Amino acid sequence: MPQALTATAFMGLDSGLSRGMSPVRTVPAESAAVSASESPDRRRSAWMAAAQAGDRRAYEKLLADSVALIRTVARRQGVAPDHVDDVVQETLITVHRVRQTYDPTRSYDAWLGAIAARRAIDSLRSRGRRDSRELHDEFALDNHPDRDDASAATESEQRAQRLHEAIAELPPGQREAVEQLGLRERSLSEAAELTGRNSGALKVNLHRALKALRERFHGEP
Amino acid sequence: MENPDVTSDPRSHEALIDRLGTELVPVRRLLPPWLRTAGWLLLVAALAAGLLMHYGAEPMLRRWSATPDLAWAGMGAVITAISAAWAAFALAVPGRRVAWAWLPLPGALLWIGASGLGCLRTWIAPGTEVAGLHQTADCLTFIIAFSIPLSALLIVLLRRACPLRPVLAAVLIGLASAAASASLLEICHAFDSASTDLLTHALAVAVVVAVNAAMGGRLLGKA
Repeated sequence: MPQALTATAFMGLDSGLSRGMSPVRTVPAESAAVSASESPDRRRSAWMAAAQAGDRRAYEKLLADSVALIRTVARRQGVAPDHVDDVVQETLITVHRVRQTYDPTRSYDAWLGAIAARRAIDSLRSRGRRDSRELHDEFALDNHPDRDDASAATESEQRAQRLHEAIAELPPGQREAVEQLGLRERSLSEAAELTGRNSGALKVNLHRALKALRERFHGEP
Repeated sequence: MENPDVTSDPRSHEALIDRLGTELVPVRRLLPPWLRTAGWLLLVAALAAGLLMHYGAEPMLRRWSATPDLAWAGMGAVITAISAAWAAFALAVPGRRVAWAWLPLPGALLWIGASGLGCLRTWIAPGTEVAGLHQTADCLTFIIAFSIPLSALLIVLLRRACPLRPVLAAVLIGLASAAASASLLEICHAFDSASTDLLTHALAVAVVVAVNAAMGGRLLGKA
């Protein structure tokens, strides 16, 4: 469970810290209006206790207050700036769903931190999966440039342009094979039916086309 | 999530917070982990009481006095069941220390260690009755038959909480319910521990832990 272990270090530290902060303390639901002299953690804890009892105002103040904390945790986990807000939203939704698990005698920040860290790891993992899947597919990479990054988009557009030019210059049989099998993602039998060529010839042409394209792009940056 | 223009806008957090605020209803706070553990153990105790009424405590005590290491193994299984369940309930609350996962270790060591000693019985005291293949199969059926409802109840209880590490939670559930059913088996075990017996226990525990862990991703996953 390597992913669990990465989360472990932070959460252990976090709850370890928070344990020292507030040992035992019961917060009645009515005390949502807390004096400013209290620590932020205790204030949030009181808000959550009130929210568990159904106090909407305390709940909204608490969630708004939590956004910055979640951002900090997400950044510490290594979430890219573009995706921090996704983690914030996912964490807020989780907080809403599991708010009955919060025990007001304990630190709110540690509770929130653990949830945020988990959602941050989920985000990193799902992006990791998506990236590794796309890297295997040159066409997908060209067709779906990273929308978050303008320079990356331009670069991949240029790359796609060069690739299209290179495909256009291929001999007709090879070009046909690349277009049908690669770009339009048709199956061998579909492509064979459409082009009137047998599937063996299509395969050979695709193979030659890819070889030619590789040779052409080899050495280019 | 696909559109970064929407999510990176701080106002969208406000919109979400507003929506969550309108959905807010009072919730009943979860009981502390030790109380929830006690609730689950109550069911195990009820099963034990049922089995004791049926079989009586006498054969178990007689077997234990004849082979003290079996008594230790039984004790270890009971401790493992309690501590693994407690650890699972504690870890299902966000912000609790992961070190809770080590809680069942001493009990499990006692359980496995003492049953391991039982293996040597075949050489130390060859006279004792050793489990045949048929009895071994019964053992396995018993453990798995009891583990499934015990695991199911643990899963239902843990889903009310928020197990942030579903696989770890599943392993603890498997360990707790397998240890609990092995403890129950002690009551109606007709023969002494032997290597086949230990192997059966190990296999049953592995099956329960593996099934729980495999299903854990979905059963406990999106908490």
